[in-house]
Formats: sequence, structure tokens, C-alpha cells
Amino acid sequence: MNIHEYQAKEILKSYGVAVQNGFVAETPEEAKEAAEKVRAEYNSDWCVIKAQIHAGGRGKGKIVGSEQRGVQVAKSPEGAQDIAKNMLGGTLVTIQTGEAGKLVSKVLVAQDVFYPGASEPKEYYMSVLLDRATKRNVIIYTTEGGMDIEEVAEHSPEKIHKEWIHPTTGLQPFQARKIAFNLGLEGTAFKEMVKFVTALYRAYDETDSAMFEINPVLKTSDDKIIAVDAKVSLDENALFRHKDFLELRDLAEEDPTEVEAGKFNLNYVKLDGNVGCMVNGAGLAMATMDIIKLSGGEPANFLDVGGTANAETVEAGFRIIMSDPNVKAILINIFGGIVRCDRVANGVVEAYKKIGDIQIPIIVRLQGTNAEEAKRVIDESGLKVQSAIVLKEAAFLVEKVLKESAQA
Amino acid sequence: MSILVNKNSRVVVQGFTGNEGTFHATQMIEYGTHVIGGVTPGKGGSVHLDRPVFNTVEEAVKQGGANVSIIFVPPAFAADAIMESADAGIGVIVAITEGIPTKDMVMVREYLQSKNSRLIGPNCPGIITPGEAKIGIMPGFIFKKGNVGVVSKSGTLTYEAVDQLTKLGLGQSTAIGIGGDPIIGTTTREAIELFMNDPETAGIVMIGEIGGGMEAEAAHWIKEFGTKPVVGFIAGQTAPPGRRMGHAGAIVGGKDDTAAAKMAIMESCGIHVVASPAEIGQRMFDVLK
Repeated sequence: MNIHEYQAKEILKSYGVAVQNGFVAETPEEAKEAAEKVRAEYNSDWCVIKAQIHAGGRGKGKIVGSEQRGVQVAKSPEGAQDIAKNMLGGTLVTIQTGEAGKLVSKVLVAQDVFYPGASEPKEYYMSVLLDRATKRNVIIYTTEGGMDIEEVAEHSPEKIHKEWIHPTTGLQPFQARKIAFNLGLEGTAFKEMVKFVTALYRAYDETDSAMFEINPVLKTSDDKIIAVDAKVSLDENALFRHKDFLELRDLAEEDPTEVEAGKFNLNYVKLDGNVGCMVNGAGLAMATMDIIKLSGGEPANFLDVGGTANAETVEAGFRIIMSDPNVKAILINIFGGIVRCDRVANGVVEAYKKIGDIQIPIIVRLQGTNAEEAKRVIDESGLKVQSAIVLKEAAFLVEKVLKESAQA
Repeated sequence: MSILVNKNSRVVVQGFTGNEGTFHATQMIEYGTHVIGGVTPGKGGSVHLDRPVFNTVEEAVKQGGANVSIIFVPPAFAADAIMESADAGIGVIVAITEGIPTKDMVMVREYLQSKNSRLIGPNCPGIITPGEAKIGIMPGFIFKKGNVGVVSKSGTLTYEAVDQLTKLGLGQSTAIGIGGDPIIGTTTREAIELFMNDPETAGIVMIGEIGGGMEAEAAHWIKEFGTKPVVGFIAGQTAPPGRRMGHAGAIVGGKDDTAAAKMAIMESCGIHVVASPAEIGQRMFDVLK
């Protein structure tokens, strides 16, 4: 589960990780007050207004209909108010949001951390995540901060360092020192970095996080080490241990159809194609999408109905798929193991009749327990539903239906 | 012959008296699996499905001679259940439970390093040696005794492949669902290695999906040590990058992590790769002819 920067920073702070401080605002007036508070509490005349959306690339992204970026500096509280007025309610498009962009409904008004001082500020990159190859958590870091990490990995992989953490002993002091040395730090900044890394890993571990990405980690001109940005993704499977995190979920950041599907325990991901599908099991669902592509169509969605494909879930699935106007045909692919196919077939017929006016062709492929009986139920229902038992037949029917709709 | 489980497997069910445990234990017993009993802490001494209930796995091993366990306990307690089985000396631990926190699995994985147990799963359909033992939630009737080994990350897609094989007259030595989580006990490569060493297995079906490097690792191993034909399929050729497709581990990462990239590696390592999941059985049939 992804959370906003301002929420992530609150979590980090509670574990003693130094962050760029600020206050969240939902209106331009609140932004002005926040800027005043930033001045008073953090001695920062200027402030930074940061759009709060679940996507990276905000600094380079633009608000639709203007030249304004998703991260901007204000030199006064009034300036903060003006910037927030433009950002709030606007749509921010970044390289990670896609063309549709994301609605900005909150901004973080944060302290200016690039103030002049005894030394040059310097940016680093640091992330913590599970390394699937070693089955251990790894801290990935580089001196090349503030940049796109994938580009660094491609052009100068030698600059990317990794430190693996032992599951039972956790991060050891020598590892934290090694990281600080490898980043070329000394004196106060070195000690601050050791503290930063130690607190950061503890926060990752104790919150059951799936990923931390801090880009940039900043060494300020007075040798403090702070997280200027924070991307935190929590392990959804571990939320039962962190009930307080449940309220951090921002449904506005998620596709409304996917949220709706979740209410019926359906796992739905919207795609851009023209053939919808409804399948039991994630692997078979992906394989069904592949079949659609090989039959000349493009999958309109991923939809896993899980272990219980009954009339209610099938109906919900139908409605969700058909809410996408691009869908020209639907393929239902159920392999009945414990679930009996004839029950699923009755569910399909029931849902179809209940919805009524279905204009697009539907292909139902039911295989497994009572498959023959299920095919009979579909064929004798009198509905405009084509049925198949073998996967190859289903693929053939998809191809045929697409050709017919192209001719029509 | 077969791998990991057979008619001598003596199975203990952890989470025996719960809904899931009861339902699937019943199915397993009907299939002919030797289920010696189950474990539900606090219900030791009682009888369920005509079999003894133990308080601990250790009791099930000492009193019931269990050597395989299957776990149906909820996600919050599943890591503990796996470690209890390993500590009691269970040889093969099958974890069906879906939704175990990753942090717990990192610990489990470390704990198992010093034990002589093999973990299968979690978040998997289990393992079956047709005609001998079904230790999982798969529909037993689609399987048939034979000489094709099947290893897969997914449940229903495994059934699909097995059904195609069976309808072509190709039975299975053992079919193993390894699970779709980021951390699992038995990898594709390990399962392939077991099949290569099993004299009764003549060919292997390997079904993977987007996410992780397990298929590539297995492919490189096959190229170097493989002695039997392998037919491979990767689900998720049409999955967009960055979106999780159901399984926690099924997500396209970088550009080397796509289904196409995996298929190319497998192809270059001599695996018979099929683009369509509808062709898995037929290709195995042609290869073994």
C-alpha cells in the first residue's frame, strides 16, 4: 500500500529519522498559515510547496493548463498561497502518472533545506527493500542523489552500492559506518549519516514496509543528514499488525473501479484493450490475457474472481467489466476444481438475466468438475452466450467474435 | 517413482479443525492420502474426521509418525506453524496459507537454513503424486499417474496444464505448485533438479509468470545439467509494467523482467517454450513422441 510523502515523513520522524519538516494544507489559506508556521518553527523564510500525489517525477511534472511544476519554491507566505491556489484542484502530469495525470487535493508546505552555510549541500540516494534473490532486505545507496535511479543503474552501475541485512541480527553498526564511508562523508556529517541509516532501517523493519525510497537524502550546508523526499510502501499482508496505518490509505489515489471490485473480493486491474476477461486464479488470469492477445484482441483487464465464483461475484464482475466502454467482448475462463462448473454456469445465467440488456458477445469457457453439465446449462439457457470446454476452442471463439465485430 | 511425496507420506494437518483444514483434509483422505491426524493447539486429545488431534506437531511426529505437514492456519500464525513443523523434524512442509507478511517469511527462510525440512509454498496449491498422495487443495480427479513432472507458480493454471496432459494420455509423476509469493520455500530450479533426478520422470512442464528471476535461474541450470526435455510457459506476456497481477510476486520490474525476456532466456537454454497456454500439453506430447 502506497502512502503520501507527508504521511511517510510522519512515520520516519516517529523513528527518529531526520526529515525536511513541513505542514500539510488542503486550501490556499491553509498553505499560507503553514508557510507562516514553517517560518516560525523552522526558521525558514522560504518554503517549498509539494503536490501530494502517489507518483514520482513531481518536480519535473506540470499542472495541466499551466507551466507550473508539482514542486515549487515560495519566498513568502503569500507566495505559498498563490502557488497552492494553482496546484490544489489541478491535475498533475508526471512521467509516472500517465497522460491522465492525478488530481492534487493536498500540498505539503515544507522548509527550505538548501540554505547557504559552511559547506556545499550534497544529495544522495537511498532505498530499502527485499532482495528476492538473497531473500534478505537490502539497502541500496549511491552518491548520485536527486536523479532517476534507473538511469544511474544503466549508465554508472559501479556507483550503486548494496548492503544486505541479516534477518536475525539486523543492521549492524559496521554496516552503517560502511555506508557513510562509501558516501564519502567525514566529521559531523559522517556521524549524522550513521544515525540516519540506523534509524531508517529500524523504521523499515518495525513498520513491515515493502519499500522505502529516499531521494534525495540531503547533507545540508551545516552537515545535517535529512530525508527531503520519502516514498514508503507498506506490506498489505502485514496491516493486521498496524491497524493505525489503515487510515493512511487514500482511495482517491486508486482507480475507482478497482476499489469497487475490491468490495466484492475481486482482484481487478484495468488495462487498455477491447476484450474483457473474468478468471479464477491469478496465473490463469494472466494466461487468459495472453490468449486474448494471441487471438487478435487486447486484454481490457485483469480480473481474478478467486476461489468462489458464484452468481453474486460473477454479476459484480460483469458490471465492472462492462463499465469500460472499450470492451467489445468478454471471455469468462473458469477452471473448476473445488468450485463446481455447473454452479458457475448457473451463476453466469442468473447474472446475465439480472443485468438484462447485454449487447456484447460473451464466451464462457468452463473446465473441470461437471464441465459437460455446465456447457449444457449455458447452451440451453437461450442466452447469446457461446460456450467452450477446451481452452483452444475459447481462443478460436474470441478470434471469431472479434472478426465479426470488425465487419459489423 | 515420484518426488517428495508418495504412498509412504504420513501427513499431519496444521489448522485441522478449522473450516479450510476440515474441508481439504476430507478431500485428501477421500483421495487416499495417509492423513494421520492434525494439530490444533488446545484441542489435543480430541478426535476429528476419525483421526487424533494433537496439541503440537512434535506430538504428531512422536505419536502419529508424521513426516509431511500441510498448513491451513491464518496468515498471522502461519510463519509460526511452519517453524513448528521444521523444529519437529517434518521433512516436507506444504504451506497453503495466502497473505503471510514478507517479514515473517524472511525469518522463516533464515530459520529453515539450519533444519532438514523442505518448505513448499506458501500461497500455493500444494503437491500431488497421482494415485499415491494429494497434499494440497487441487482437484484430484484431473490427475493421472504417469511420467511428466509439473512445476508451477500458479494454482488453476497448473490444473489447466495437467488437464491438457491427462486428456492426451500423459500422466504425471508428481505435480508441485511452488506458490506466487516473493519468498517461497522451494524454487523452480530446485523442483526441476528433483525431477531430473527422478528415474520415473521423462519430461518436465515448467510454468512461470512475470516477476523475479526464478525461471531464468532454472533455465541456466537446465542448460548446464538438464537431461530431460522441458516445456515452458510464462504467464503475463500482456501484463503492463509496475502493476501487481494478483500474486504478490507477479509484477514486471525492469525491462529485463518481462515475460518476453524470460521466454527468450528459456528458449536459449533449450527449453521448448510455448506462447499460448493452450499448447502446453500438445507440445509435451510432441516432444515425448
